[in-house]
Amino acid sequence: MSMKTKKLLIKIVAHVVLLIGAFTMLVPFIWMLSSSFKSLGEVFVFPPTLFGEKIIWENYTKISSRFDYFAYFLNSVKVSAWVVVFQVFTSATAGFVFAKLNFKGRDKVFLLYLATMMIPFHVTVITNYLQMSKYGLVNTLWSLMLPASVSAFGTFLMRQFFITLPNELVDAAKIDGCNPFTIFIRIALPMAKSTIATLSIFCFMGVWNDYFTPLIYINDSRKYTLPLGLASMKGMYSTDWPVLMSASVIAVLPVLIAFLLAQDAFVKGVMMSGLKE
Amino acid sequence: MKTKKKGRLRDDSRWAWAMLLPNIVGFIMFMVVPVVATFVLSFTKYDMLTPPKFVGVQNYIDMATDPIVWQVTGNTLLYTLLTVPVGMCISLLLAVMLDQKIAFRRFYRAAFFLPAITSMVVVAIVWQWIYNPDYGILNYFLSIFGIKGPKWLLDTRTSLVSLAIVGIWKSAGYNMLIFLSGLQGISTTYYEAAELDGAGKWAQFRYITVPMLKPTTFFIFVMSMIGSFQVFDQVMLMTKGGPGRSSSVLVHYLYQNAFQYFKLGYACAIAYLLFFIIMAITLFNMRMEKNMREIY
Repeated sequence: MSMKTKKLLIKIVAHVVLLIGAFTMLVPFIWMLSSSFKSLGEVFVFPPTLFGEKIIWENYTKISSRFDYFAYFLNSVKVSAWVVVFQVFTSATAGFVFAKLNFKGRDKVFLLYLATMMIPFHVTVITNYLQMSKYGLVNTLWSLMLPASVSAFGTFLMRQFFITLPNELVDAAKIDGCNPFTIFIRIALPMAKSTIATLSIFCFMGVWNDYFTPLIYINDSRKYTLPLGLASMKGMYSTDWPVLMSASVIAVLPVLIAFLLAQDAFVKGVMMSGLKE
Repeated sequence: MKTKKKGRLRDDSRWAWAMLLPNIVGFIMFMVVPVVATFVLSFTKYDMLTPPKFVGVQNYIDMATDPIVWQVTGNTLLYTLLTVPVGMCISLLLAVMLDQKIAFRRFYRAAFFLPAITSMVVVAIVWQWIYNPDYGILNYFLSIFGIKGPKWLLDTRTSLVSLAIVGIWKSAGYNMLIFLSGLQGISTTYYEAAELDGAGKWAQFRYITVPMLKPTTFFIFVMSMIGSFQVFDQVMLMTKGGPGRSSSVLVHYLYQNAFQYFKLGYACAIAYLLFFIIMAITLFNMRMEKNMREIY
């Protein structure tokens, strides 16, 4: 076998493996999309078909007549927007402080942040619930927004970026009479754009898709976020697959669009999360 | 004068603490206090209606003799054994295939990653349908090859495996991406030298890729272990731990105790059991990695 045919063979094998992988990953989504346009009778046809006889848009309009889907969507938007803005801001500020300012106890405090990254979420959830219930915040969106406004991981991620900035930059600005906060806002923050994009998209996906936290804190159906609303829909209408599928499509769309628009920032984020050491 | 200026340059404590304030307040309120409070509550009986009653280590004794705790711990362990090794092999395979000049690279990458960005609720809805024994596509697919598929989520013997398949499917793309970044960190000169020496692709993979990728593999291994010990969403959404307790896991039992049975003290003890297991895994792995570094 010549070198050339061998290389070609390897390429073909790679494509076969990758195609099988992509097929497995995509089939559930394709099925979701195709069923969202079928009639109720057609989804139970065996063997399954890819397309129904005609496209049934009503599945999508039916969603809003049966559920407060728009309200769920709006709640999700509110919570995500708040959490992204505040988590990014608190993380960036603290990340800058840990990376570039000198004060006693800095490394010890930062180590404490790092150590908590190992603690499972479920260790804090019970007492956080009790705390929220004491303040009367259970069943409000605040219970989803406040605890998520601070993140040890976000702080770590931002610090890892700011530490790469040269110290001279900060010192020179100090000599010019800038205080640390001005240095942070005017100099450091604009340089951190890509890390901020990465953290934002990470944070957004996490909050938008979160099921566990709203499950714990929210009982009132008017306060449901999209995942919780969808889950309750699944419980109530477990047989009306076409409508469930169209609701799923709508839930996936925003994340999908965000991902396709910012694929590179996202990929970078995942890769950075692999560089924790 | 000079020393004063130097001192001002060195010490930023006032500004530092002021800027840290929002973050630290949140961190203490929602992280440090709850971690400590959960530990304290784990020594009490508490139902949210009457004040907590101190019971010493009773919850921990109960836990040791509670057959359900043993069962859900076993299930969690089994879930980990089912997902982590297989999931890592698949992710590595996909990453290696993608780490070359190949057409449609961006398409493949996006396709593999799609499950990772999708809400588990959506995933659960779709997969529950795929698994349906009567009209789901999985058993239809198997029937093409003349295989009669099992009842998947509805059978005590296959429920946990079914959840593990979903877990692998969902996280493969994410781990693939981390592997890919590890692979891209390996200098091509190693492969060029090996090629000159006549080493085949398999030998290159075995003697260059695998050893050079060790830190990445280690990272994914630890993170996947930690993640799979905390599995909850797909359990709650697809089987509610059933049939029976066949697919119930640690976090699911914790959730039930805290928010369905209102045994909060006991739930806190389970939370610390989970914490202890995860810490043990992490420390053990770190020790192992250190030993391995010394050997090489």
